[in-house]
Amino acid sequence: MELINTFFNWDVMVRAFPILLRGLGNTVLLGCVTIVIGTIAGLLLCLVRLYAVRPIQLLAILYIDVFRALPILVLLILVYYALPFVGIRLDSFTSATMALSMVLAAFTAEVCRAGIQNVPKGQFEAAASLGMPFWKSMRKIILPQAIRVIIPPLTSNSISVFKDTALASVVAMPDLLKQANDAQAMMANPTPLIGAALIYLAILWPLVRLVGYLEARNQRAVAR
Amino acid sequence: MTSSPAPLAAQMSDVNKWYNDYHALRSINLEVARGERIVVCGPSGSGKSTMIRCINQLEKHDSGTIAVNGVTLTGDLKQLNTIRQDVGMVFQHFNLFPHLSVLENCVIAPMSVRNVPRKQAEEMAMHYLSRIHIAEQAHKFPSQLSGGQQQRVAIARSLCMQPNLMLFDEPTSALDPEMVHEVLETMVSLARDGMTMLVVTHEMGFARKVADRVIFMDHGEICETAPPEEFFKSPQNERARVFLSQLIH
Repeated sequence: MELINTFFNWDVMVRAFPILLRGLGNTVLLGCVTIVIGTIAGLLLCLVRLYAVRPIQLLAILYIDVFRALPILVLLILVYYALPFVGIRLDSFTSATMALSMVLAAFTAEVCRAGIQNVPKGQFEAAASLGMPFWKSMRKIILPQAIRVIIPPLTSNSISVFKDTALASVVAMPDLLKQANDAQAMMANPTPLIGAALIYLAILWPLVRLVGYLEARNQRAVAR
Repeated sequence: MTSSPAPLAAQMSDVNKWYNDYHALRSINLEVARGERIVVCGPSGSGKSTMIRCINQLEKHDSGTIAVNGVTLTGDLKQLNTIRQDVGMVFQHFNLFPHLSVLENCVIAPMSVRNVPRKQAEEMAMHYLSRIHIAEQAHKFPSQLSGGQQQRVAIARSLCMQPNLMLFDEPTSALDPEMVHEVLETMVSLARDGMTMLVVTHEMGFARKVADRVIFMDHGEICETAPPEEFFKSPQNERARVFLSQLIH
């Protein structure tokens, strides 16, 4: 009974819920904006990595390597606490969006590259032999075929980055975790934290299942 | 129809190509007259495919000049795309677009490259598809067709761009034996219509039937050029003789 009163205190939960919801709003917004920016930037980065002139390709490779190696938390703290020293002052939401999408872009670029390189050379040649310009054949022939392979790992990376939005609480963004943490301090009871954990689970678990389903579907399509 | 006034469909002068140290094409000189049907044969690795792939620049040559429909290739991408629109290519492995239906495979290039309206593009596609007896399969996907049907669709897809030169890169080599015939038949009827054709193939029956000239290549050079009767009866080149004696025909 003591345990339930401590971790699953109904009274506390009811009082904390509106606070958590506000945090959830920020988390979802941060997650979605990051995923959209990170995915588009990642695709562009991948095309630069594959098809730009050599020096620019090397820059893209460098970017991808660095941002895959750098912990998101370190990057986030650099953006939020270090940039002000050179006069760039970003609010916590912008800092978090920037740090998270920079990293997501690097991972997305690698996933897209694998997907594009998975399309047989003959497809590029067939499109070229019909006189289709590069961008047109990318858009109509290559990417639609690559996307099938790309979608499952892309979804998986998106889930990862959505989880990492919790890091934004470190730079004082009132996201789900920060709100839960504050509520816990205010109410002197950890139930809001449990509530936050349950909300994360409720959102992300279905997405994790979705990745499993997409992968299985691709497996079947390959087997056919 | 983009009929070119140039009397030569393609012309290669002193064309060389290397893969690192490997000399893949040695000083190739070739003129393809409009309406001419040329069969290119030779052992594998002799440079046949490389040669015809240089004409639409799927392979870049390292020296010499290539002119297509009277236009000398400069390496400019825009010029190249324009030239490619008039040069059809059929591949050994078909290379149909697997995510598009047969009909979409045929209309995508005319619509997106030549800006042909969809209705008109579809009419033209159906015209060519019925010529190869595949009209009723127009809404199927390539994977639902046999190899022979896929290759015929690939030919139709090329024809939809209304090319004035067709390149065939071993079009029947990847097919099961019983499907070779239907593809060759399509190619023969194309030849009868007067299409300019440059065909890399080992189908000597096809060469006898439609070729104006047979070109024999070995080690990256053109060793012999002759009308088919002459080439098959009394090849002048020693390597051609050896090659022919190894073919069962």
